[in-house]
Amino acid sequence: MAYPKNYRYTKEHEWISVDGPLATIGITDYAQHELGDVVFVELPKPGAKLETGKSFGTVESVKAVSEIYAPAAGEVIESNAELQNTPEKINTDPHSSGWLVKVRLTNAAELNGLMDAPAYEAYIAAKSTEASA
Amino acid sequence: MNKKIKKASRHTSQNEGLIFEKSSPGKRAFELPPLDVPAADPAKALGVNHRRAGIEGFPEVSEIEVLRHFTRLSTWNYAIDLGMYPLGSCTMKYNPRVNEFVARLDGIATEHPYQPQELSQGCLKIMRLLEKCLLEITGMDAITLQPAAGAHGEMTGLMLIRAYLEKLGNPRKKVLIPDSAHGTNPATAVIAGYEVENIKSESHGQIDVDKLRDLVTGDVAALMITNPSTLGIFEQRIPEIAEILHAKGALLYMDGANMNALTGVTRPGDLGVDLMHLNLHKTFSTPHGGGGPGAGPVAMKKILEPFRPVPILVEKEGGRLALEPVRPDSIGRVKAFSGNFGVLVRALAYILAYGPGVRQATEDAVLNANYIRKHLEGVYELPYSLPSMHEVVFSDAIQKKNGVSTMDIAKRLIDYGFHPYTTAFPLIVAGAMMIEPTESESKEECDLFIDAMKSIAVEAATTPEIVKTAPHTTRVRRLDEVGAARKPVLRWKPAVPRSEAAD
Amino acid sequence: MRYLPKSPAERQEMLAAIGAKSIGQLFSGIPERFRLREALKIPGPYSEAEVIQYFKDRAAENSNGYTSFLGAGVYNHLRSVVTDAIIQRGEFLTSYTPYQAEITQGTLQAIFEFQTLMCQLTGQEVANASMYDGSTAMTETVLMAERLTDRQRVLVARSVHPEYREVLKTYAKNSGLRVEEIPYTARGTVDAKAVQAALKDDVAAVVVQSPNFFGVIESYAPLAEFAHASGAMFVVVVTEGVSLGLLRPPAEADIVAMEGQSFGLPPSYGGPFAGVIASRDKYVRQMPGRLSGQTTDSEGQRGFVLTLATREQHIRREKATSNICTNQALCALAATVHLTLLGKEGLREMAEQNLSKAQFALSELLKIPGVRRAFDEPFFNEFTIELPRSVKILNSHLLRDKIIGPLALGTAYPELTKHALVCVTETTPRAEIERFACALKHALERPV
Repeated sequence: MAYPKNYRYTKEHEWISVDGPLATIGITDYAQHELGDVVFVELPKPGAKLETGKSFGTVESVKAVSEIYAPAAGEVIESNAELQNTPEKINTDPHSSGWLVKVRLTNAAELNGLMDAPAYEAYIAAKSTEASA
Repeated sequence: MNKKIKKASRHTSQNEGLIFEKSSPGKRAFELPPLDVPAADPAKALGVNHRRAGIEGFPEVSEIEVLRHFTRLSTWNYAIDLGMYPLGSCTMKYNPRVNEFVARLDGIATEHPYQPQELSQGCLKIMRLLEKCLLEITGMDAITLQPAAGAHGEMTGLMLIRAYLEKLGNPRKKVLIPDSAHGTNPATAVIAGYEVENIKSESHGQIDVDKLRDLVTGDVAALMITNPSTLGIFEQRIPEIAEILHAKGALLYMDGANMNALTGVTRPGDLGVDLMHLNLHKTFSTPHGGGGPGAGPVAMKKILEPFRPVPILVEKEGGRLALEPVRPDSIGRVKAFSGNFGVLVRALAYILAYGPGVRQATEDAVLNANYIRKHLEGVYELPYSLPSMHEVVFSDAIQKKNGVSTMDIAKRLIDYGFHPYTTAFPLIVAGAMMIEPTESESKEECDLFIDAMKSIAVEAATTPEIVKTAPHTTRVRRLDEVGAARKPVLRWKPAVPRSEAAD
Repeated sequence: MRYLPKSPAERQEMLAAIGAKSIGQLFSGIPERFRLREALKIPGPYSEAEVIQYFKDRAAENSNGYTSFLGAGVYNHLRSVVTDAIIQRGEFLTSYTPYQAEITQGTLQAIFEFQTLMCQLTGQEVANASMYDGSTAMTETVLMAERLTDRQRVLVARSVHPEYREVLKTYAKNSGLRVEEIPYTARGTVDAKAVQAALKDDVAAVVVQSPNFFGVIESYAPLAEFAHASGAMFVVVVTEGVSLGLLRPPAEADIVAMEGQSFGLPPSYGGPFAGVIASRDKYVRQMPGRLSGQTTDSEGQRGFVLTLATREQHIRREKATSNICTNQALCALAATVHLTLLGKEGLREMAEQNLSKAQFALSELLKIPGVRRAFDEPFFNEFTIELPRSVKILNSHLLRDKIIGPLALGTAYPELTKHALVCVTETTPRAEIERFACALKHALERPV
């Protein structure tokens, strides 16, 4: 699956896409693949504050729970209610309809520290060679 | 028929629906003796507000149907009574039937926890003798039999540590847990109000003593150690570990899950351990029963004795035993009544059957594990080479090259007539295969297991698909766990009544 | 030793295969100075007959031959021999936790049936595969309410079983929970006004028991309304499950904690029993304990698996909902078999017999001069009487007549030293109730 050029990526495999003062956050295709079939998602309520690098929710497969870490600080405007009934969207469409939360960013400049698509692709390529070595 | 599979062959098993699906109004499986007092009118005695109509959906079946229903279900289970259960860290040993018999005796099973203590001396003597035996086995000074399971014992143990340190003025903040520990350890530490700090093992799978020295500060309440570790290896520097902790006023907690490797051979109390829990349903043979009940007594050194959960069993003048409900420094109760007494009875029956000869059980358990290790070394990768005690941990590194994982091999064992070994553990071994045969397996059963494991290794190399899609011979194939978790169905609901459906 | 399946020759053969000279060599990992040199000082070895004799001797030192009027969370009920016959089948008795679903469908389906029965009894939507016992189940429901509400104050009725409240306090000490007790009224019910007054927006749960420790049946509706109005969870504790054969289920509760001992488990001096937590579907992910869920296999057949395991300690480690990793599977199985045997009619009849016997016992006791009924509210199979003298002294007189008298409430409630909790079930013969009344009358007639 292609990694959208206009997104930014974290080492913990979250993506963030910015549209003016608002940003959308999700987990990457690589992350959903590592996790396996997602069965449940726990997300913050609107109004919750995200702190950079801190966990704000969890994504669960049958036998694992993964924390989701905030790529940037901000306030939650909306969380993806669809995922309560169809968590599999995270597996089938992680970069679009499988989004997790929309936030109002505290400081958009924070994103400068994150990877762009080519950098992230190189990062995960290195990871998979590591794993097979 | 697959000739490589020596232990098992297929046979027919009965199909059986849910008991609710067999129900039909008017059938019954139980009759009460006639009422010998005037019948009360529930409406009058209870008032209309408190009364319920019939219990919707409750089964109505006959006695033979109940018996067949559960007998059929039982045949779908694997059990120790059928064969070896090599689940590492679970100590699935023989559950002697005499234990079941004595736990059901009139005067044992029938006793009420609130009956006068002068009419409970038999129960209290059983508890007292079990306490004494467990203290002798562990080399400890005091014990509580109250916790209902291993994890409950762990929690009690950490509460004892907290109470002890609080009494000294500072409960401290952290509990250190090795990365090879059981999953319950961190969960327990948090419930007892501690932060968890993980310690990495050194390259041989032992605790890194030098690193430990740096980590033990005045903030550390205790180290929770499993010994032998979940790799089945004895922590050789345990006395030194204890000294490091004690020098900083911290305590050494030992998870007793692997006591089956030590009983009668060495005593944790002599090694510097301050407190430990015992899983009576592991080392002391009480049945797992499909997941409980268990019992998790906690044995401890004298310094922790004043903090034990109430009530405390004490000896009065003339040898009379009593349960004392009040102790000023006690952590309080961790469970109502006097622990899982019925489980305590079974454990004592086991200990009495062996007496000091329990050492032979330990030796046989270690012999079996090493015998299996010897025969499978090279067939499967052995990630840590220090001597094995009662269990041995291999990994799937060799088979992984053909895409066959530890879980696949475990599932294939089912076709060979064995229960799988432990796969989820220890976390420090990728693709772990944790094998604990226990002393209850004969040489013949061990040989069959070794044959099966070797045969599966050949399959993994030559016909990996057969391993990856196993099991092939069970009533049900691999089940859809994802579907079960996404849309949980956790109880039976009645179908639309036929009359309504017909309308 | 009869449990060990090896001959000396086989041991030697195995040692030789390993390449070890002696068994001692296999223990080389243990430093020499810590290896025991002497045999353990424990009794035995005993033959099977000696083991049985030891326990028969102990049994003889207990209460055989006495008639008991004790309940208070542990009840004597009829049990069919079928229950023991089934739970002693090796395939149930000696099976492990059903993590390998393909070879544990028997246990998994039985647990699923247990969960269903518990929902039917309690009027709730989801029940777990059992907890250690009622006291720990109640404590876990409070912790569950804490997680659901993110609040830390808990209001617990003083009429909840005293030992259950003690267990809750033990757990609360380390978790930051603040437990406050709500008094009871002169009628023995929880003081609803006091509940209302104590409720603020920081309360996680209101916990009541019904029938309560005094035997009194509580009215749920107003309490649930108060709790819900301030965003608290309403938790109902049931220690006598047979009462649900006749009593309206606690459908208003958000969470129910129940002791399953009454369903086919012997008193066994206090355990092992089976606790139950039942609740609403929407709260299931905060519920502790194992759950068996229905699913299908790759060929479309119905099957069962342990599900929602991500709540549990072995996956979440320090973030688990609870550190519990066993349930009381065999006890839950006994309850499932027992309740299936009783069935809809059997359970109702058993409950009715309990009610009738208790009503009869009360009327017999009230004939005795000086004996008063303490709390004037409906009850099931337990009720509180007030005596003109200390219950403990009267009970010691009753022992001479081989009667274990009712529970003296003064131990747990210092204001109730003359109050006694009487329990009668379908197992208490009329003649024994009459003999008890007669013995109590004589005891009261004795000069102080």
